[in-house]
Amino acid sequence: MTTPNLVELLTQKASLVSAVVRPVASMDEAMAYVTDVCVGKEACQILASGCDAPLSDTAEALCETKQEKIICAPQMPAEAMETLSGLCAEKGIRLITSGMRSRLGGIDIGLTMAVAGIADTGTVVVRSMSEEVRLASMVAEIHIAVLPASSIVADSYALEPTLVEWMAQPDYTAFVTGPSRTADIERVLALGVHGPLELHILILEDK
Amino acid sequence: MQDATTLKEYRRQLREALDNDFQRQALDKFAVAYRTSRANAFAGIDAPELIAEIAAAKDVAIDHLEELFQEFKRHAEAAGTTVHLAATAHEANEIIARIAKENNVKTIVKSKSMTAEETHLNDHLEAEGLEVTETDLGEWIIQLRHEGPTHMVMPAIHLSRYQVADLFTEVTNKKQDVDIQKLVKVARRELRPKFCQADMGISGANFAIAATGTIGLITNEGNGRLTTTLPRVHVALAGIDKLMPSLHDALRIIRCLPKNATGQAITSYVTWITGAVPCEVGPEGKKVKHVVFLDNGRMAMAKDPEFKQVLRCIRCGACANVCPVYRLVGGHKYGHIYIGAIGLVATYFFHGREAAKNLVQNCLNCGACKAVCAAGIDLPTLIKEVHARIQDEEGHPLYSSVAGQVLKNRSLFHTMLKSARLLQKPVTGGTPYLRHLPMFLFKDQDFRALPAVADEAFRDRWEKIKPHVTNAKLKVALFSGCVQDFVYPEQMEAAVAVIATKEGVAMEYPMGQSCCGLPLMMMGEKKAGRELAAHNMNAIDAQDFDYIVTLCASCASYLKHGYKRLFADDPAMAYKAAQFAHRVIDFSSFVRDVLGITDEAFAGPDKKVTYHAPCHLCRGLGVTEAPRALLGVAGLEYVPAEEEDVCCGFGGTFSVKFPELSKELLTKKINNLKATGATAMATDCPGCIMQIRGGFERDKTPFEVRHVAEYLAERLKRK
Repeated sequence: MTTPNLVELLTQKASLVSAVVRPVASMDEAMAYVTDVCVGKEACQILASGCDAPLSDTAEALCETKQEKIICAPQMPAEAMETLSGLCAEKGIRLITSGMRSRLGGIDIGLTMAVAGIADTGTVVVRSMSEEVRLASMVAEIHIAVLPASSIVADSYALEPTLVEWMAQPDYTAFVTGPSRTADIERVLALGVHGPLELHILILEDK
Repeated sequence: MQDATTLKEYRRQLREALDNDFQRQALDKFAVAYRTSRANAFAGIDAPELIAEIAAAKDVAIDHLEELFQEFKRHAEAAGTTVHLAATAHEANEIIARIAKENNVKTIVKSKSMTAEETHLNDHLEAEGLEVTETDLGEWIIQLRHEGPTHMVMPAIHLSRYQVADLFTEVTNKKQDVDIQKLVKVARRELRPKFCQADMGISGANFAIAATGTIGLITNEGNGRLTTTLPRVHVALAGIDKLMPSLHDALRIIRCLPKNATGQAITSYVTWITGAVPCEVGPEGKKVKHVVFLDNGRMAMAKDPEFKQVLRCIRCGACANVCPVYRLVGGHKYGHIYIGAIGLVATYFFHGREAAKNLVQNCLNCGACKAVCAAGIDLPTLIKEVHARIQDEEGHPLYSSVAGQVLKNRSLFHTMLKSARLLQKPVTGGTPYLRHLPMFLFKDQDFRALPAVADEAFRDRWEKIKPHVTNAKLKVALFSGCVQDFVYPEQMEAAVAVIATKEGVAMEYPMGQSCCGLPLMMMGEKKAGRELAAHNMNAIDAQDFDYIVTLCASCASYLKHGYKRLFADDPAMAYKAAQFAHRVIDFSSFVRDVLGITDEAFAGPDKKVTYHAPCHLCRGLGVTEAPRALLGVAGLEYVPAEEEDVCCGFGGTFSVKFPELSKELLTKKINNLKATGATAMATDCPGCIMQIRGGFERDKTPFEVRHVAEYLAERLKRK
């Protein structure tokens, strides 16, 4: 399959599981998207995580941990970081690259670079030996993954040799397909049970 | 958890479960929705081939578990993981408690693990003073309720939003709404601090890849990722059967598991963890990482030629999703720890005879589980096999051994049936049904009318009706089965008339034939069943015939597949059984595919007929088109019914043992048939006819229920 077809298939499959998929022409465009999403978000979207429901006292205390909008973007390319930090400064967003363990109550956006995409299931592959990457993509309310179009493969078998290579040393890699979900109560789908409430995939048109 | 000590007590518990309206509706809705979502998920994929590949790959792994364990250990330890092998459930719990102690652990978060349910890990850790929190939403709910899962994949499917809201109100000390989206967010917020504070995370493992020492976790909620990332210690507990040689094996299973479990293409998260990964709060910035493999009888099972296939199970839970009995009573009554069809088998091996002995009898043998199993496990046969083993170990109940003695002695059995004809006179009241039964004999059986024994058995009519054929081109043996021989001989006669329309087909009815033996297998009387099978193969010398035709789906499926299994350990007999099985064919396939009967043979007014697909025909023999096509050939209008291939609840001796369940299934079947607007139903099994016709009779609804052969015969053009 050619790259445009793979992009199309991945887009279609990922959309089926409630992921937001957008093409971006450059990393700069991606960073602008990220900050726009953050600006457009409620001041404290942890609300969406259940603050509006009465909570036990210990869970209530979590709200205290976050008072400002935060994007965590660990291990992003230097140029993209430069753009992003400029945009964040402009819009009053706090940008961090580490220290996720002190922010387990939640942050607004976790930004990661996906190492691969799997078209037939609409999956992004996030290699996350770095604990910051792991936590950013799990603890955030919204996980945004930038996925280079050229790294999309047709199915998981096509990725097998690469995965096996990674597994030759300590490794933590995840297939991420849509946001965190559950259907444990009456089989009714609910998004964002433990992980992100939203997953955005920015497909980067690389040459 | 199912814990009845006697069958009587178990039946009482089942009746309670039947009264649980919420659960009944929830499971009904799920069963119907599941069928569609599974079909959609597998669209464009060759599911049978994928399943065969998984089965083959798992079989290879099962034969090499010891080597795979050594290989996994070598690679995992090189990457910083400590690997353990626990012989028993208790040993596994002790190892994990010791790891907790050595690392000064106080609080633990868990990601879902059926293996931990199997070992009762939480109880053990809590007794050691540790605080354990389940983090999968369903698991957390049932943990708070102090109960076990009712489904392998959806542990809390038996609970309503109202029950969950009440529970969460109690837990948070704040009144909670019944809105599901809000309840889920309450769980998110309540559990997040548990993740943050935990010293240790315990997960299961869907895969353990020997080539790299990697474990793979499949979750939707993301709790698996948090559990394996936040705490400084991570212990994965997995059955040793989760070992597989390569990543490819795991990727292959991932293609199937979520589709088969819930109709998802893939779960939200599949996480691959190799070795001790960086962890800020761990010693030297690394995770303390352990993998504990549980044997608990698995290694012995791997050497058991019959039961090793149980280890192929990938825990998708599909066998429960399609099980008519599970759908009625739910997992707490259809499982001990492991639920559904696989649970019936696994319970015996992992939790012992006591826990399994009642459960294992509660199987219709309808084959729905086998047809859907992601690893091609022959579940119905294994369930009956466990039943037989338990009886061999515990002693056979009187009724069961008497049945064995009677059925394997053809002349005694047939004499008894003929005497029944005389004895039934006072109870038939001149009808074809047994009307005035002494009820102590048939307690709880009055949900359907039972047929009377026919005045003249088919075997006694045969000489009179046998067509004389010169220049035979095809030689056919008719196998009637007991019901058609003694209760419904008219079905056999109809078949003879239909077959006789083709020239050159010589039919014989070998008089020595007896019961096929399936009822004995259902009762766990394997030894008597073998004798009966040998008797039949002797009475019908397969070499003399091109085909052995039977009108009973159950007999056909059992003659074709069951006999070979019975003699698996006896090469000479197994060969004979294979020769025999090769010639067995069901009536509809024979008439359509071998005789190639055409519409020219038929005439008559148009008539609407609906159809019931007998379990042992549609799944047992994979025959789905032939009977429906024949109805069309004969000029009948076939009207499909909902859930046509769901069991009518007969299940042979099942309906005698579990009349309450049989009745519910029959009611559902009858309602689906009525809903078609037709007033006639065709099928290919006298057992189904007995059940469904008896149900309509009791329901006082005029509805014609007959064998496909009878519909064909009544429309044959007179020559």
